Parts: sequence; C-alpha cells; structure tokens
Amino acid sequence: MHAVVVMILQRLALGVLTLFVVSLVIFGATELLPGDLASSLLGQSATPETVAALRRQMGLDLPAPVRYWDWLTGVLQGDFGVSLATRRPIADMLSARLGNTVFLALYAAAIAVPLSLILGVLAALWRNSIFDRVANAGALSAISFPEFFVAYILIFLLAQSGYFPSMTRLSPAMSLGDKLYVTFLPALTLTLVVTAHMMRMTRAAIINLMASPYIEMARLKGLSPLRIVLRHALPNALAPIINVIALNLAYLITGVVVVEVVFVYPGLGQLMVDSVSKRDIAVVQAIALIFASAYVLLNLTADVLSTLTNPRLMRRK
Amino acid sequence: MTDRSHHTGMTRRGLLKGATALGAAGLILPASYRKAQAAPNKGGTFRIGLGHGNSTDGYDPGLWDNLYAQVFAAARHNQLIEVDADGQLIPEIAESWESPDGQTWIFRIRQGVTFHSGKNLTVEDVIASLNHHRGEDATSAIKQFFDPVQDIRADGQNVVVTLDAPNGDFAYLMSDYHLAIMPSADGRIDPSSTDGCGPYIVESYEPGVQASLNRNPDYWKSDRAHFDRVEILAILDSAARLNALMTGQVELIDQIDPATIGMLEARGVANILSIPGNAHYVFPMDARAAPFSDNNVRLALKYAIDRQQMVDTILGGHGAVSNDNPIGPANRYFYADMEPKSFDPDRARFYLREAGMDSLTVDLHVADAAFSGAVDAGALFAETAAQAGININLIREPNDGYWDNVWMQKPFVASYWGGRAVEDHMFTTGYAAGATWNDSFWSHDRFNELLVQARSEVDEDLRREMYQEMQRIVSFEGSVIIPMNNNFVMATATNVATPEQISANWNLDGFRCVERWWFA
Repeated sequence: MHAVVVMILQRLALGVLTLFVVSLVIFGATELLPGDLASSLLGQSATPETVAALRRQMGLDLPAPVRYWDWLTGVLQGDFGVSLATRRPIADMLSARLGNTVFLALYAAAIAVPLSLILGVLAALWRNSIFDRVANAGALSAISFPEFFVAYILIFLLAQSGYFPSMTRLSPAMSLGDKLYVTFLPALTLTLVVTAHMMRMTRAAIINLMASPYIEMARLKGLSPLRIVLRHALPNALAPIINVIALNLAYLITGVVVVEVVFVYPGLGQLMVDSVSKRDIAVVQAIALIFASAYVLLNLTADVLSTLTNPRLMRRK
Repeated sequence: MTDRSHHTGMTRRGLLKGATALGAAGLILPASYRKAQAAPNKGGTFRIGLGHGNSTDGYDPGLWDNLYAQVFAAARHNQLIEVDADGQLIPEIAESWESPDGQTWIFRIRQGVTFHSGKNLTVEDVIASLNHHRGEDATSAIKQFFDPVQDIRADGQNVVVTLDAPNGDFAYLMSDYHLAIMPSADGRIDPSSTDGCGPYIVESYEPGVQASLNRNPDYWKSDRAHFDRVEILAILDSAARLNALMTGQVELIDQIDPATIGMLEARGVANILSIPGNAHYVFPMDARAAPFSDNNVRLALKYAIDRQQMVDTILGGHGAVSNDNPIGPANRYFYADMEPKSFDPDRARFYLREAGMDSLTVDLHVADAAFSGAVDAGALFAETAAQAGININLIREPNDGYWDNVWMQKPFVASYWGGRAVEDHMFTTGYAAGATWNDSFWSHDRFNELLVQARSEVDEDLRREMYQEMQRIVSFEGSVIIPMNNNFVMATATNVATPEQISANWNLDGFRCVERWWFA
C-alpha cells in the first residue's frame, strides 16, 4: 500500500502546481480580453467618467500583477473574495451552483456508467451480432448529434407531451424524488452524449483480451462465455475503462453549458459564461479552479484505481 | 397596425401640474383582451420568463441595464413619477409637482408610505435616492442627466430641485427606471439592499436564475398589484422560453423570434402582444470621417436602404418603417407627415454624383449584440445598396466586447435605442454636439441652437414647430440611418388579462406588467 500513498501525495502536489498554472493562465487570458468589468457592466451607457469611477471602486485601476497577488493571497487563506459585479461572497454564489452541477453529473453518471458497462460487455460477448450493431449504431448516432439537438428532440418527445418539465427549476426545499424528476431530461441528454465513448471502450478493451492465450485456455476448460468475460476478461480490461469513465465524469462537470442553457439549469457552466462575458475575473478564477480540480482529482482517482486493479503495478519497486 | 392618435392630449400646464388627462389612443389587441375588462381578479402566481438576466446582475440602481433588472426593480420599487399607459406622467411617490419657472422644481412627497422593512418613507430617503446618481463618485448610468442639477434640498414635505437652466421636461427624468426610491441612512442609500416601497417584497433572488416575490400587504396603491406572488425567471435560450410558455411553466415571455410567432399562434396556447413604441434600430456613421463627412454620401446611403423589406424580414412585420427619425409615434411632437424616403437607387446615385463619386465602397461593422438580426439587416442593406452602385463590405464583429471595440470606434456600425418618452431626452442623449452617446459624432449648429431654445419654450405651438424642424434636420442632414421602429413583442398564457392599453414607453407595459396585469 505504501507505493500507492506515495503516488497519491506526489500527484496531489503536482495537482496544486497545475492549479496554480491554470489560475495564472486564466488570469492572463481574461486580461487579454478587450474591455473590463466596469465597461461591460455599464455597456452601451458607459461614459468615460462613470467607467473611471466604477474602476476606482472595484480596484480595477490597480496594475494586473497587484490584483493577481491580492487574489492569490486571499485564496491561499481560503477566501475567494467577493464577486466584483454583485458584491456577494463568491463562496456563497458557487456553493449552490456547484451542488447543482455535481448533482446533475452524478445523476447522469449513475445512469450512463452502468448502462455503458452492460452494453459494452454484452456487445463484446455477442460481437458482430444484431445486438452489437444496433447498440453501436444507436450510441454513435446519439453522440454524433449536437447536444442541443438531442435536448430539443427529448423536449419535443417527452416535455411537450407533458411527461417531464422542459425547464429545470430547483429549490432547496425539494425532495430527492422531485429533484430527480425535474432534472430527468438534462440527465438523459447527458447520458446519451457520454454513453457511446464508455461503451465502445469497454467493448474494445474486452475484445482485445479475448484473443489472449489465457482466455483461450479458459474457453478450452469449458467455461461459459459470460463467465469468461466477467471473471477473466473484465478485470484485466478495467484500467482503460476506468480512465475513460473518469474523463467522461470530468466532462459532465465541466462541459455541460449547452445542456444547462437549453434546460435552464442553474449550474456552474452558465455562471462561468456570464462571468467571462462580464469580465468578473474573481468568479472566473474560482470556477476555473473548481473545473481544474475536478480534472486533477478524477484523473488521480482513475490512476489509483487502475493501479489497484493491476497487482503487477502494486508490487513494483 | 394601430388606430392610435399621437399623444397630443397633454398641455404644458397639465404636465407641470401632474394632471392625468387620458389620451384617446388605443392599441389593437387580440379579441380576448378586449373582453377581459371586468374588475381585475386578485391572486395567483405570475411567472415571467425573460431572455435577459445575468449572474452578474445586482441591486445597485445605477447599474440596471437589462430587462430582467428593470422588471425586477419595478416589482419591488416605486419612483417619484410614473409614466402611465398613455405616456402621461402620473404621481407615484411624488403626490404632485410644480415648477414656477422650469428651473426650480418642487416635488411634494406622499405621506404614509412605508418600505418593506416597515420604515416610513421620508423626504431624506428621496433625496438620498436621487443623490446616488449624482456627484463625483457616482457610478450611475444616468449620471449625466444630473449634470444640470445644481442642488437638491428638503423643504418640509417637499423636495426642491434647482437646475442651472430652465427645462420644461425635467419631471420626465424622475420617471426613469434607475431612480428607485430606497431607504437611506446618513444621507446614503444602501445599493445592495432589496428594500423598497413597491408592490412586491423579495423572498429570494439568485442573479441570472430566478427571483421570487410576494405581494406587499401594505402597498399604498389599492388598485394595483393583483397577483399574490411573482416569479421572474431568466431563460436565455429562445426555444427554452417558448417551451416554458407552451408547457405552462411560465405565463409571460419576451423576445420572441419572429419566425416562431405564426406557429405559436396556430397552437392556440398563447396570446401575442405586439406593441409599437419608440424603440428603433440604427446605423450610425461617423460624421467626422470621410466619406461620411459629406451629407450627400449620407443621403445616398439613406436612399439605398429598403426600409419596408427590413421591417418585413428582420422584424417579421412587427414594427414600422422609420424615416431616419429617432422620435417615434409614441412621442408628443412626432413629425408624422415628414416626406418619406423610399428605396430609390436612382436618387442614391444622384447624391453620389453630387458628392463627386461614381461609386462608393464602405465598411459596415455589425454583430447581433447591436440588435437581434443586425447581421442579416447588414446583409440586406449591402444587397440593396449594390443596386445603387454602393459597395458595402459587411464586417462581422464578435458580440463580446461590441460596445467597447466597435460601437463609437468604427466609422459605420449597427446599434439600437430603446427610445425616450421625451424629445429633449432623445436629442440631448444621442444627437447634441459633444453628447457622450452621440454615436455619429454629428454636430449641426441650427439643431443645437433649437435644442436649447425648445427646452425652455413655453408656447406649445412654437415648441412643436421647433421639435419638428429638429426631426427634419436629423432625418435629412443627420448622420444616423434609422430604417425601422421595432415593436415590443411578447407572448402570454391565455389566462393573463391586461388593461386595454399597454404602455409603449418601455417593454412589458413599461416594465409594470407585474403590478398592472392580472389573471382572468
């Protein structure tokens, strides 16, 4: 177990470094964008005087390195600061949105991961059968359509007929059942979008192993095909599958802004887009850190899990 | 589209006294609206889905800039003066107002009004609310309108405002949506507070998502605010807005894509309201820069645009042709009989020759940030102008940063105006020499002279003449092409009832749908 702990610590240290670089890049990129928060808040009605006054109030007249340093020291003390635009603490703004985003990601993953594993295993088992072809074709067409198109089709079929709401309105007082009901369509859309990738990786990884001598041995022993796949092939195919699942989970957290817009889902993506267009750098930075952390942590988890599934890696000195 | 007569019902004296003579104008509305004129029912939850609203919206009245902020503000705040459905000024927190000379304005403050917090509204609160937009450190978008204000002071139950020069229309400024009356402490309002004296009390608000408000049980207007509860949702995607209305999740939506109006009507689940107002789309030209410095070139371009086609295709018919006139049919001194400019390639060529040119090539910078359909409008313009020997290079700019990097930076661009209830506001804001938003950098001596004269002119007929001459100058010598007035288009669920007349002053019944409408 010692090797794994060392690996986790090393990777966490690297992760912190990654986050630092990400924050620097994001800050630099928003600096390069034309205009700033003061001018975009005032929009068409900005006059040089009011923009200057607003800049003074918000501290935007300070040089960029000074503003970055202030932000960095704040974050290191656990203080994300206040949104420049609304003066609300960023931590408050983010917590509800982050909760919504994670909820939707987990909901979609809870459907998509088992579904794609089962479909993948079955497709590998009945390779080149009708089932295999239909599952492949279905998953690939779902992924080939743009997300918003899938979403509109689902709204047309399931919302306009009154089965599910087309718009997601969440309130803290909702029961879990209600929440699952109102967020069903966005979750289903995301499921359709991510299933193909995971399913095809599962299928490919297993089929790849089916040609190995030890599988042939198992087959010669007279084991049933299902048992061969589940007991002998799948454990060895887990490493690539876990990696693909981690990648898709990260996507579910960071890349769903289109689905959020179509279903009016109050998640982090929309907040990020709003904040970028208004140049509310403090909020952009905080969200970028969350997204980067999600990638770092999920990749770390994937690496740890694939190491654990491979005894050879565990004993390496 | 309408049987409206223009708003001539108001005399200057009536305006000064805050009289509420009702104009005779009426809008054509769907038949169901005409029937729903019984006494308004009380109750229900009114849910509004708006194509605006950002996570960066806040409570500071000086920074309200989109329809979401405006409707949300109208739901919780009052102003000194309200613009009613006919475009007349009526008392709100100011019980009455008068000005002996147009330079000193006295607003009598209503007694017995309380804020949601229970605090009594005082003269000091009003002064602090106005001062929030004024002075060196003010960050308000309407700061410049307070430049002529020399002093604001209390006098018993009155607020007295002194200007540096007479202005007969000053009372109109007090109806501006930024001027919410908020409670003060030590002479300052708290711009991060929701507290107001308006019809609904904020229960919860998440910027860019939704706001929930409950009826203010102590609201001083007894004949307004009929809903028990109002929920305002930000639904940025236009298909999502339509879906929300069709599946009964909201009762009112704005910004409807003209292409979908027919389908929505055919379904019979919604009523379309199309309200002609003063809002207009514009193509300003930099009058300082060649070739636009020559009025012949500007006239050539004005005759090379097919206005009717723009109204038909860009607005889907929900609008009207404008004769390069920023003053609209909802204004008092609108010059309706001005010689129209039809699409006339020969005439455009004639003006080109006058300018000493055989052909002309100009760059037009557009983005849909300017107005929805601006890119298509630019393409249409290029198409018709080509027939007059004018080559318009359409340059598509990004929406992001459009107001910073393109508008008032490039010589020929697209833009929009919400329109103003008062001629002087419109001209002072966008056409006076050196005005901050004079986006064509245009300066015309006679126009500027008239602008100052008309402001303090007391003779109604003379004043009308002056404003009409100004409209003529802007139309034929100005540097802004104004092809069309866009209607305010909205859709409601069939159970929503409205008064017979809906305000053309701003969108959504002058933002006041929350307190003027009810469930049938």
